[in-house]
Amino acid sequence: MPIHEKSLIRPEDLKTHEHLEIDGVDVSGHWSTFIESRVVTDYNESLEEEISSLPGGEFIHRCWQCGSCTNSCTVNAINPEFNPRYWIYLIRTGMESELLRDKDIIWQCVSCNKCTYACPRDVFPEGVMKATAHWLELQGLVPKSPSMHFDEIFSSQVIQRGKIEEAGLIWKFFRRTGQPLFQSWLVTMSLRLASKLPIRLMMNLGFSSVFKPRTRGWTRARLAMEDYIAERQQETRNSLGLGSGNAKDDDVQSKDYNDKDQMRSAE
Amino acid sequence: MPEPKKYKRVAYYPGCALEGTGHAYNRSTKAVGKALGLKLDEVKNWNCCGAMEVKNIDPKLQTYLSSRVLSIAANQMNHKVVMAPCNGCYHNLKKAEYDLTHDPDSRKVVKKLSDKAGHQTYEAGQAETIHALDWIKEAIGEERLKSLITNSLSGLKVANYYGCMYTRPRHIFPEKDQGPGSESTSQPHFMDDLLAVAGAENVNFPLKTACCGGAHTLSDSDTSTKLVLNILRAAEFAGADVIATECPTCHSGLEMHQIRAEKKFGEKTNVNIMYFTQLLGLALGLKPRKLGIHENISDSMQMMIEKRILP
Repeated sequence: MPIHEKSLIRPEDLKTHEHLEIDGVDVSGHWSTFIESRVVTDYNESLEEEISSLPGGEFIHRCWQCGSCTNSCTVNAINPEFNPRYWIYLIRTGMESELLRDKDIIWQCVSCNKCTYACPRDVFPEGVMKATAHWLELQGLVPKSPSMHFDEIFSSQVIQRGKIEEAGLIWKFFRRTGQPLFQSWLVTMSLRLASKLPIRLMMNLGFSSVFKPRTRGWTRARLAMEDYIAERQQETRNSLGLGSGNAKDDDVQSKDYNDKDQMRSAE
Repeated sequence: MPEPKKYKRVAYYPGCALEGTGHAYNRSTKAVGKALGLKLDEVKNWNCCGAMEVKNIDPKLQTYLSSRVLSIAANQMNHKVVMAPCNGCYHNLKKAEYDLTHDPDSRKVVKKLSDKAGHQTYEAGQAETIHALDWIKEAIGEERLKSLITNSLSGLKVANYYGCMYTRPRHIFPEKDQGPGSESTSQPHFMDDLLAVAGAENVNFPLKTACCGGAHTLSDSDTSTKLVLNILRAAEFAGADVIATECPTCHSGLEMHQIRAEKKFGEKTNVNIMYFTQLLGLALGLKPRKLGIHENISDSMQMMIEKRILP
């Protein structure tokens, strides 16, 4: 029989026989593939509770495994290993070690919300993906993803100044993730822009990184948000039993990300 | 001809992208508004709505950021309507409205942060958020728009690309899917309608609401390039000369990954990319420079001359 979602079964657990006879019956062809039986004992009974305590994961318990999320998923269409339906199943049954096999791709959700649109149970699978990626990072099971770095740099800029300055954001992101700024496509794109309107490019890259766009009178809002974030991060750590975190490492918290730092990176 | 009264004068929230990479969208939106006799009052001293990033740090922080913009428009400027041309801003203001209507916790956090920041708290229902598409469609209407078209886009084949944030998730857009006249979340058509009035031929484009990978455009570029390439190829396959966009993230994503696909994967596509406001502006007889067409990376001037839309 054809095995659906074959990618979910470890290659070593799939047994295929060219010619197979069982009790005198020839079962070659479709019937020649078997899945090795296995016993799972290492459940993490608090997995669902922990993930549902993080923003976005609240409604995971509503899932009844219809698969509409995976069926509509943008990322699944280019990478069949990206399977929200399956991950929700693993989280709800506490099969952490199985979930960890995919730990390096869960952050790749592009937040297109097709799953949320398709879900008949309002699980908000997009939120579950974010909560799961966040949980993996908080537990130290994966390094911070490029996406999380970007979110942190972006949010920090908003909290600090109220507005975003794109050139500085890209600059800082590339520097933090160790990507070269001179990538052929980026150079081509910049040259094409420069050939049309050198002044605008200079404005974008130079002018606005010196005179950064900012919201006036933002200090009180900034302080209020910093307090709120610190509070929330501690609550999250408590709910996962992680104790007090080293908030200094966190870009959203740290105040070292100031304008001087930006100027240095721009030089 | 009865003239619609709605949205003649609205608060305008351009957002960060429209002051940077999406500058041409800002210019063309304002130029089209002016040509149509619509008044835009920019939200005073606005801030970032939180885009797609802040919610991943904390969703309620994003709700607060968006609520501050709404609060200024409603409480300081006495506007009942906020128009946001950027899909991201539009989506976030809508999301904030939804959360503040339905979630007491969000209301509590927004109240606390607004008090500390020293401005009036936005209350759900004080303002309505609309997209640039709603704005033109409601304030002018198709009949009146038709009478203002001086430079028909006839002969131009357009693929209308709406992206993710204009229709998803469905629950934050209660006014959509309400039958005839309203926007559809599965088959959006407002941009098609406006450009059809402008004389363009809308091709049958199946990826109207596909994702361009904008959220990971830099952090997972290969995925974004593949997603954009799907969109570009589908538009070319449908026979489109140009993809009309309504979001600065989608627009710059399409332009950027069109180049990246060619440089990195050797996949060349030739379809042009323009903001729908630029196309509409041309049909209204505005000069390309006024619409920022020279600011686009995707060079559509040549095509416009070939199609005799520009001399």
